[in-house]
Amino acid sequence: MSIMGTRVRRVEDPVFLTRGATYTDDLTDERLSGALHLTFVRSPMAHARITSVDATAAREAPGVVAVITAEEMDLEPTKHFPAVPDAMARPWLAKDVVRFVGEPVAAVLTEQAYQGEDAAELVEVDYDPLPVVTTLKQAATDETLLFPEAGTNFAVPSFGNDDFSDDLFEGCEVVVTREIVNQRVAAAPLETRGAAAAWGEDGRVTLFLSTQNAQQSKGEVAGWLGVDPAQVHVITPDVGGGFGAKIGADPEFALVAWAARHVKRPVRWNESRSENMTGMLQGRAQLQTITIGGNRDGKVLAYRLDVLADAGAYPRIGTALPTFTRMMAGGVYDIPKVETRARVLVTNTTSTGAYRGAGRPEATAAIERAFDLFAAEIGMDVAEVRKRNVPPPDAFPFTNKGGAQYDTGEYAKAIDTVLEAGGYQALRAEQKARRERGDVMQLGIGLSCFVEITAGGMAAEDATVEVHADGTVTVLTGTSPHGQGHATAWAMLASEKLGIPVEKITVKHGDTDLIPKGVGTMGSRSLQSGGVAVYNAAGELADLAKQRAAELLEASVDDLEVAEGEVRVAGTGTGITLAQLAEKDQLRVETHWDQQLPTFPFGAHLAVVELDTESGKAVVEKIITIDDAGTILNPLLAEGQRHGGIAQGIAQALLEEVVYDADGNPLTATFADYGIPSAAELPSFTLLTMETPTHLNPIGAKGIGEAGTIGATPAVQSAVCDAVAHLGIRHIDMPATPLRVWEAINAAQNGTATTNGSDA
Amino acid sequence: MIPVGFAYERPSSVDGALALLAEHGEEASVMAGGHSLLPVMKLRLAAPELIIDISKLSELSYVKVDGDEVAIGSGTKHRTVEASEVLAAEAPLLAAVARTVGDPQVRHRGTIGGSLAHADPASDLPAAVLALGGTVVLRSPRGTRSVPITEFYTGVFSSVKEPDELIVEIRVPRTGGAGWAYEKFTRRANDWAVVGVAVVDGRVGLVNMGQTPLRATATEEALAAGASIADAAALADQGTEPPEDLAGTREYRRHLARVLTKRALTTAAGG
Amino acid sequence: MTVKVEITVNGESTSADVEPRLLLAHYLRDQLGLKGTNVGCDTTSCGACTVLLDGESVKSCTVLAVQADQQSVTTMEGLSSDPENLHPVPAAFRAEHGLQCGFCTPGMVMAAVSLLEENPKPTEKQVREGLEGNLCRCTGYHNIVRAVLAASGQDPDKAEGSEPDVVAPGFSTGSGA
Repeated sequence: MSIMGTRVRRVEDPVFLTRGATYTDDLTDERLSGALHLTFVRSPMAHARITSVDATAAREAPGVVAVITAEEMDLEPTKHFPAVPDAMARPWLAKDVVRFVGEPVAAVLTEQAYQGEDAAELVEVDYDPLPVVTTLKQAATDETLLFPEAGTNFAVPSFGNDDFSDDLFEGCEVVVTREIVNQRVAAAPLETRGAAAAWGEDGRVTLFLSTQNAQQSKGEVAGWLGVDPAQVHVITPDVGGGFGAKIGADPEFALVAWAARHVKRPVRWNESRSENMTGMLQGRAQLQTITIGGNRDGKVLAYRLDVLADAGAYPRIGTALPTFTRMMAGGVYDIPKVETRARVLVTNTTSTGAYRGAGRPEATAAIERAFDLFAAEIGMDVAEVRKRNVPPPDAFPFTNKGGAQYDTGEYAKAIDTVLEAGGYQALRAEQKARRERGDVMQLGIGLSCFVEITAGGMAAEDATVEVHADGTVTVLTGTSPHGQGHATAWAMLASEKLGIPVEKITVKHGDTDLIPKGVGTMGSRSLQSGGVAVYNAAGELADLAKQRAAELLEASVDDLEVAEGEVRVAGTGTGITLAQLAEKDQLRVETHWDQQLPTFPFGAHLAVVELDTESGKAVVEKIITIDDAGTILNPLLAEGQRHGGIAQGIAQALLEEVVYDADGNPLTATFADYGIPSAAELPSFTLLTMETPTHLNPIGAKGIGEAGTIGATPAVQSAVCDAVAHLGIRHIDMPATPLRVWEAINAAQNGTATTNGSDA
Repeated sequence: MIPVGFAYERPSSVDGALALLAEHGEEASVMAGGHSLLPVMKLRLAAPELIIDISKLSELSYVKVDGDEVAIGSGTKHRTVEASEVLAAEAPLLAAVARTVGDPQVRHRGTIGGSLAHADPASDLPAAVLALGGTVVLRSPRGTRSVPITEFYTGVFSSVKEPDELIVEIRVPRTGGAGWAYEKFTRRANDWAVVGVAVVDGRVGLVNMGQTPLRATATEEALAAGASIADAAALADQGTEPPEDLAGTREYRRHLARVLTKRALTTAAGG
Repeated sequence: MTVKVEITVNGESTSADVEPRLLLAHYLRDQLGLKGTNVGCDTTSCGACTVLLDGESVKSCTVLAVQADQQSVTTMEGLSSDPENLHPVPAAFRAEHGLQCGFCTPGMVMAAVSLLEENPKPTEKQVREGLEGNLCRCTGYHNIVRAVLAASGQDPDKAEGSEPDVVAPGFSTGSGA
């Protein structure tokens, strides 16, 4: 019986549930014995000239071994996104100017962790404030420049500045346009960032990092330090969540390595949450102008998405993500004309990067809002309008206007399934009754349909599978889990081919000496890249075993089968175990797999909120979601990914936002202020599944990690808007906090609301 | 993040604590459960030179009926207040409000005296004691005095408590079967109240509507004069100047105070 | 200055001279090497550091080690005899896939143990409100809630559907005159 598709419980858990996982800060590795603790002195100013840095008192504080300032650093400022002007390079420690609250200015090295915080307070930095740019519109005026030498705040001046046509909406009976915000959010993995470095006498550094991809981090850190990559050995211990924000290396990692070399002692750094909330990459942060045009019969004819995206102070991976937003702008719809533009700006805020979905949720949120606004304008049901514009199943592969080729899709079926499961007609009837009664508690119903790109860009991974003489198996993978359960899932894939139980299979990852090649875990790519590589390697190993066994058993390869860890002559009792074969000769296969193309999972979400019209508070009562991510390997793990994604989607729709005041001070830099939901703010989720296998890989799987976030965010936002639609409200920006909803209701009642809709 | 270093004393009696307070005055801070003080010390917003730990003084932990009042030792934990059968019968509002403080872990550690002493206008319990018409009992080597809660608070994080004084007891009238309700409005269950309204026996206490916990006196007077709940609740924000932050503008808080007061009065009236 | 503390941790006596400002979480992690207890925030918000102090859940980042002197602490390491013999609460977390990255898990498990001690047969709503002091970024809490219900001996499929009411619209409590 195949293990594929079964609910195998995680092999990680027995240890995680007894002594706990081992995160970077938990390491007791002997290479780190006697390690110093690094504490950063970070800028409290969003934009200021540094007039002096005085570390004299700090250097005399108890336990201080060194205080490093820009004076001591010999590393050149570095660009963290290649296409930006040279002037936008980031110094490792700020020297002349600080550009966001949280920018590292000095690093204190102490014998004990507690001493670091005391000493860091003694580093005296004088700042001369500069004008601060916190909003995209401010930045776009170029009146105040973060990098005067660049001459502009546009991070890539040449990029995305395409002209729009004048006649895009010609012939449309109805055109609706609106500016909407896809707010900045914090990834906020429960484990903050951490790094530890120890240089060996051989001149190599062992770097323990909390990251989603060891191999990329190795290359980056080596480049920053100006050393041969062969000199860098990266190890990722257990990682306590990443959500995109731990892709690759952070500048702090190089500083830790540099400091360890500088003082000739191991150094470790584990940031505080307050530090994390200004230092770690943040997500989304787009200001979007959406325009949708079509006819009163519900057919959408044209769509335009104009994006201003926030790179933060020093452009990093966030600079690239609007490319995904543009590519996926048209969503699940077959729209004849689509135009997009995305311009990326620097502001005096924390740098942006990937956050669960990374560019695609922004596309989905925009098009789904646009469809709701269009539906409202022509007075048609939101589900009906959507279904009238999706391509039929026989239109696949379907190439969207952004150039992406969707492999499979049954969008109308996904919509119908959630509508039926949610009792859509009954919900509408209940909503109508509440409206007629004028109830304080109103019902809102939100629908979203989404398609996303998974394994976009890089779909190749390597894998090694080896059977040992004791019957155990080692799997080496270049993907690197931070909660996804690779140790279980990859063991299932090897087990499927070898018939060896998962308990005997050890999955190793995140050690660049052991596994030099790997891309990592991000963009919902792991299973279809790294997982398939393991599946193929195990299959190749089974073939190799059959070839070797054929001689020993004097049988034809064609008559052999691999089952229960044994090569058997079919239909006879004769066989030899894989372990026995391994005893004779190393039984190991290394393979490379490249899917070459991305896959396009899709689904639909139906959210129901109950909204207190007196207080403005909306609570998600239920959310019914369907996902088609191809063939499911382990439903337990796949559901877990969906649950987490849905929660983060609801959180963005209702609660979370990174907020800066006009001086660039972060107002949400602790978990007390930043709105991560607890169990008490969320309902249980209803999950429905479709499984349309992709033909792009042998197990038929697409990615599942980000879908929940992509679908839930617009569904919940839409539900909130729907709950107050009868008051004349068409749109409320995220997060739809009680305050914001109440203000919208107030404005509607005072007649100050605008619908931004106009008949063409 | 960790606090600035401090000296530590753990007196074995209230008298011992008072002697230390008298000696060290403003340089010292008293810590019971530590759930108001330690968080601000970790963020280095407070840095007392001496911590006087009273968390183990069992003489400060009790709930008992005393004449027409219930007396609660200042060291009584929220969880104990929440689960107290005496309070459930004699002043159920207080038990119910204690149940809304923080989260279970906070309630296992935080104390009613600490919560009142911290003088945060966004705290739940001060407004509940205010609605109940309670009294704060303070002790110092100079003696013991009782201060009506209406006269206790002087501003944000400040009260009439002198540096050498310790809150030893909170007394609230036995309200027994009188109608009561607490409406706490939060974005997340674990957040501070955006606004809270405690109602008991026609008295209304407001959380986070000004520099101190407040009584909605206009509402109370209107009710006493026979106004309807709706009319009385519409006056709940009269004379208030609530704070502004990400959770609420001044106008929103005033609106919430009116809405929540209406709801609380309705519940308290059995509606 | 240092102060001598004696704390019984997972049934064993421990003792050290510590700075008064040493947080209990760091006493457990750094003095005793019990790294299961994680610290996830600075503001007593996330609950990752939750342990039992004399049987009740507390956030060990907001308790001074000196305050736990002569008291008894239980961490997740103290619940199960070994990975193959899990205590019922962690066993339910495994069965229901109530953990992913694992960082919130030790605190979540200890909060759940305390919750079930006080309320052995909670409803879904009571579980959700009882865990309000613990943040998880991976699971959306769905399977954590199921695990706690399962650990209480209830069928999570039934308990889940039993309460369609909206959860936690703020607190509202009271009794009519």
